[in-house]
Amino acid sequence: MIELKNVTRRFGDTVAVDGIDLAIETGEVCVLVGSSGCGKSTTLRMINRLLPHSSGEIRVDGKDITTLNPERLRLNMGYVIQGTGLFPHWTVARNIALVPRLLKWPQARVDARVRELMTLLDLDPDTYANKYPAQLSGGQAQRVGVARALAADPNILLMDEPFGALDAITRENLQLEMLRIQRQVRKTTVFVTHDIDEALKLATRIAVMDQGRIVQHDTPENILRHPASEFVENLVGKQDRGLKLMSLRPVRELMTAHARPRPATPGADALGEDDSLREALSVMLCRNLTQLPVCNGRGEETGVIARERIIRDGV
Amino acid sequence: MRNWLPVLLLIALLCGLCAAMPVLEPLFRGLQPDKARVIYQRESLFFLLGHHLMLVAVSAAVATLVAVAAGIFATRPSGRDFLPLVSQVASIGQTFPPVAVLALAVPVLGFGEAPILFALMLYGLLPILRNTLAGLEGLDPTVREAALGMGMSPWQVLCQVELPLAGRVILAGIRTSVTINIATAAIGSTIGARTLGDPVIAGLVNGNTAYVLQGAILIGLLALAADSLFEALERAWGAGVAIANK
Ligand SMILES: Nc1ncnc2c1ncn2[C@@H]1O[C@H](COP(=O)(O)OP(=O)(O)OP(=O)(O)O)[C@@H](O)[C@H]1O
Ligand SMILES: [Mg+2]
Repeated sequence: MIELKNVTRRFGDTVAVDGIDLAIETGEVCVLVGSSGCGKSTTLRMINRLLPHSSGEIRVDGKDITTLNPERLRLNMGYVIQGTGLFPHWTVARNIALVPRLLKWPQARVDARVRELMTLLDLDPDTYANKYPAQLSGGQAQRVGVARALAADPNILLMDEPFGALDAITRENLQLEMLRIQRQVRKTTVFVTHDIDEALKLATRIAVMDQGRIVQHDTPENILRHPASEFVENLVGKQDRGLKLMSLRPVRELMTAHARPRPATPGADALGEDDSLREALSVMLCRNLTQLPVCNGRGEETGVIARERIIRDGV
Repeated sequence: MRNWLPVLLLIALLCGLCAAMPVLEPLFRGLQPDKARVIYQRESLFFLLGHHLMLVAVSAAVATLVAVAAGIFATRPSGRDFLPLVSQVASIGQTFPPVAVLALAVPVLGFGEAPILFALMLYGLLPILRNTLAGLEGLDPTVREAALGMGMSPWQVLCQVELPLAGRVILAGIRTSVTINIATAAIGSTIGARTLGDPVIAGLVNGNTAYVLQGAILIGLLALAADSLFEALERAWGAGVAIANK
């Protein structure tokens, strides 16, 4: 659990973070969104004490962080930095092994962990373990950055635009990976982004920041349904809030389930149970269909979803 | 191994010349037919070479220690205030001619090795200091932030991240410093230090071009050998850094 109470950070005369209160529950993904320069990175850096706060109080698991040893504090907080920050003179494997080695794990355990993480993040250990960061693509480097942060299994993850500067497809893949990893290993996560769709997709709760203040802190659904101000309303997109709400709900919630799974019709368009209502509607509109079969992870058809139903109950 | 071949060749040539200068007598005789002696034999050339090297090595070692320490200090949070001052000293000092340093040092330190050692240290310090600052300041700030953010102590960041990454630039500074000082050390002969400048000075005083040439060739070869030694060292400095810099 991370608590910020009336935390302020000044740089000379500019107030980067202005008296914010924020509580992040254990196991929750809190996403900080806001336009450039609103104080997101500053907030993150104060949590791991890379920047001291000018006033206020920050507690991690009940302990005031200024009373803790900064290195000890950071070793338990995975940090993914805006722009990877990989060490150019170390191989991928050594970069990932950074924190385990600082914690003096035995070499065999370090090696096993590195392989495990590379596999988890879809980087073939045999191909990439001995490459240098300069030999990776942007997306691969960001994966290594995420793997490095996860390496010693910290309780807390701080991620500063970890998927920034990536093409839409790679970004989407990494987001899905992150959701999958989060389901496997629940970590208290503070995730910074300025992409509202990314925030809606990943967040348990979203904190919208504007000029150093938190203007709304709520679940994605509530942010969409009841934006607290004009600023939030513009941020989430006035016009397509309906579609964004649909993108929060999986097809499973509105489908008409079959009594028992049946084999899928080969070649037909089908949705997954976890696909969003927005995707379902989009496919139907595109193909001019009134309903679509829904399949589970094993490829069996478990139900159908109707266009009428989505339009009636989707939002 | 291929990196080190030029170094070994140059060192072999240097030692060969020191030992076998008399063999070249006919050559120098042709250059300077009017003198009874054309080969410098007042002192063993090996002795002068050794002394010359000692002066350069001692001054380079001290200069490296001091300059790197000062560079590190000026780039730490606690020493940041001194950074402008230190970098100004580093760039202004370079415009000061070494002869002037010698002229100022002799009255204080007397004749012999002391003033030339002092001048070499002072003069050798500057390129190293400049490169240490450039190397440490030129690091990608996200790398330092990540290193601290992952829980490395400032000391670990310095030893495992900053110095290895800045090492090539610092080494290049030492290379410049040593090469310049091999030439500068020869001036020491004018104030009583024993160096490869001895034959040059003796030749100038007696109007014996052959002596001048022998000293100059040896100094030049020594500078070349040192330069190629550092080139090989720079190449050997971490394959990863080399790739990262591509
Ligand atoms: N080291 C610093 N010195 C002075 N001002 C700073 C410093 N770091 C940040 N600021 C200022 O603080 C404000 C917030 O910066 P911050 O980096 O937190 O923004 P951000 O929300 O992360 O933006 P972005 O999305 O562009 O990364 C900005 O106005 C910035 O100019
Ligand atoms: Mg930022």
